Amino acid sequence: MNAVLVMIAQRLALGVLTLFVVSVVIFGATELLPGDLASALLGQTATPETLAALRTQLGLNDPAPVRYWAWLTGVMQGDFGTSLATRRPIADMLSARLGNTIFLALYAAAIAVPLSLILGVLAALWRNSLFDRVANAGALSAISFPEFFVAYILIFLLAQSGFFPSMVRISPAMGLGDKLYVTFLPALTLTLVVTAHMMRMTRAAIINLLASPYIEMARLKGVSPLRIVLRHALPNALAPIINVIAINLAYLITGVVVVEVVFVYPGLGQLMVDSVAKRDIAVVQAIALIFASAYVLLNLTADVLSTLTNPRLMRRK
Amino acid sequence: MTQSRFDKGLTRRGVLKGATALGAAGLILPASYRQARAEPQQGGDFRIGLGHGNSTDSYDPGLWDNLYAQVFAASRHNQLIEVAADGQLTGEIAESWESSDGKTWVFRIRQGVTFHSGKDVTVEDVIASLNHHRGEDSTSAVKQFFDPVEDIRADGQNVIITLDAPNGDFPYLMSDYHLAIMPGTDGKIDPTSTDGCGPYIVESYEPGVQATLNRNPNYWKSDRGHFDRVEILAILDSAARLNALMTGQVDLIDQIDPATIGMLEARGVANILSIPGNAHYVFPMDSRAAPFDDNNVRLALKYAIDRQQMVDTILGGHGAVSNDNPIGPANRYFYADMEPKTFDPDRARHYLRQAGMESLSVDLHVADAAFSGAVDAGALFAETAAQAGININLVREPNDGYWDNVWMQKPFVASYWGGRAVEDHMFSMGYASGAAWNDSYWEHERFNELLVKARSEFDEDLRREMYQEMQRIVSFEGSVIIPMNNNYVMATATNVATPEQISANWNLDGFRCVERWWFA
Repeated sequence: MNAVLVMIAQRLALGVLTLFVVSVVIFGATELLPGDLASALLGQTATPETLAALRTQLGLNDPAPVRYWAWLTGVMQGDFGTSLATRRPIADMLSARLGNTIFLALYAAAIAVPLSLILGVLAALWRNSLFDRVANAGALSAISFPEFFVAYILIFLLAQSGFFPSMVRISPAMGLGDKLYVTFLPALTLTLVVTAHMMRMTRAAIINLLASPYIEMARLKGVSPLRIVLRHALPNALAPIINVIAINLAYLITGVVVVEVVFVYPGLGQLMVDSVAKRDIAVVQAIALIFASAYVLLNLTADVLSTLTNPRLMRRK
Repeated sequence: MTQSRFDKGLTRRGVLKGATALGAAGLILPASYRQARAEPQQGGDFRIGLGHGNSTDSYDPGLWDNLYAQVFAASRHNQLIEVAADGQLTGEIAESWESSDGKTWVFRIRQGVTFHSGKDVTVEDVIASLNHHRGEDSTSAVKQFFDPVEDIRADGQNVIITLDAPNGDFPYLMSDYHLAIMPGTDGKIDPTSTDGCGPYIVESYEPGVQATLNRNPNYWKSDRGHFDRVEILAILDSAARLNALMTGQVDLIDQIDPATIGMLEARGVANILSIPGNAHYVFPMDSRAAPFDDNNVRLALKYAIDRQQMVDTILGGHGAVSNDNPIGPANRYFYADMEPKTFDPDRARHYLRQAGMESLSVDLHVADAAFSGAVDAGALFAETAAQAGININLVREPNDGYWDNVWMQKPFVASYWGGRAVEDHMFSMGYASGAAWNDSYWEHERFNELLVKARSEFDEDLRREMYQEMQRIVSFEGSVIIPMNNNYVMATATNVATPEQISANWNLDGFRCVERWWFA
């Protein structure tokens, strides 16, 4: 068990380092983009005088390292600062949207993970059967279409007929049932997009093991096929499956901006896109850190879980 | 109600009425829609889905720049002066205004108007609100309106504004949407406050997502602000906007893709409003840079564009051909009889030869950020110009940073204008020598002379003559190709009623749909 704790500590330390590197890279990349916040805010209406006045007001005339250091010291003290564009505290702007993003990700995961595990196990169990082929073809088609296309098809089938709203209007005051109802279509879209990856990995990992001698042994002693898969194959296949699930969960948090746009869902993705377009660096940095943290923590969780599920890894030394 | 000695002297009102009646005749409304119109009723939750609005939208009135900010502002604020649906000026926070010489303007501030916070609107609040856009440190987009302003001071219930030169159209500038009247403390407004004296009180606002407002029970206009509640939603995706209207989640949407109008009409779930206005799409050429420094080249390009085809394909018919004229049919002195420029490849070749060229090759930089359909319009332009021996090489630019790196940077680009209610406003901003948004860097001695003279010309006929000469100069010697005026196209749920006349000055009834419209 100690080994696991040491690993977690090491990974967390590395994670902090990763976040630092990410923040430097993002800051540098945003600096490289043409134009700055002042010109983006004023857009077509910019004149040299108003630009100069706005730049002075926003402190954009300081050199980049000075601005980065000011931001970094603020974050070290837990202060994300205020948005340069709206002058609202970034923590306020993020909290509601982060909540929305996590809610949608969990909702989609709650449907997609069990679904793909069950489909994957069944496909492995009845491999090369009609069921296997249909499940594979369906999942692969869903992942092959662009997300917005899947979304539009679902809107056409389920929203225009009046079953579900095409546009998500969500507020913290809503009850869980209402929330689940209004966000059903985006969650279903995301489910269709991520299921194939997890299902195919489950199927492949299990089938891979079914050729092993110990499975042959189990089969010879007369164990039923379902029990072979669930009791003997699945525990040994968990490590790769957990890793794929973690990657898909991270994707559900960080990569769903297209789905957000189609369903008008107020999540982090849209905020990130708006902020990059307006060169609102403080907000971009904050969101980038959240996204990077999601990857770091989910990968860490995946590694810990795969270690815990594998007694051989637990007893090494 | 509104008194203006200066205006009366010019009998401007009579002219305005004539001009706007023409504009109203152009409204395209379904027949059933007219029958549905009745007396305004109070009540209902009016939900608007707009194709604008970002999470980075500023609260600061000087930085409002998109339709979302404009409609949200019109819902909670008043200005000194309102442009009525027929194009006339009506008093809002200014009860009346007058000037004896066009230089010193006296605005009488209406009494008994309160902010949502309950505080009375005072002369000091008005001055603080205007000063926010004035002076060295101001970051306002309309800072230049106040360049000629020498002084703003209080005098009892009046605000007196002194200009450095006469300008008979100055009150029109005070109707600009940036100039919201907000509560001031110590001569400054709080630009992050949502407090105003308009028809609705802000309940919640999340930039780029939604704003919810409730009716202001103390609103001073008793015949405006009919909805109990207004919700303004940012729906950037045009398909999502259409879906929201069709499934009854919103009552009004803007920016309808011309390709989908027919399908929406066929469904019978919505009314399409197509309002002709002064808005126009443009291709400015840098008049300082070769080959555009030769007017013959500019004329060759102007005759090498098929304007009617542009209106038909890019606007889906929801617009009108423009004769390179930034002054639109909704303006008072619009020069309707100016010799039109039809697509004429031979004439284009003729002007090319005048310029000493057999053929011409130019780069046209476009992105859909300039206007919806700009890339297609550029391709169409290239196609027709080729028939005149002009090779237009279309350079696609990214939307991101377009206004920074392309517009006014590259010599030949695409852009748009919202159009202005007043000729002087339009010309001073976009065509006067050295004007901040003179995007063709165009200079014309006679034009500049006329522009200054017309401001202080009190004879109506002479004034008209001057503005028509200016339009002619811009059209035939200017450096901006203006192929079309685009209509404001919007769609409403079938139970939304509007007044007989919808403003041609800006989109969504001059942003005032929230206070002028109602549920039938």
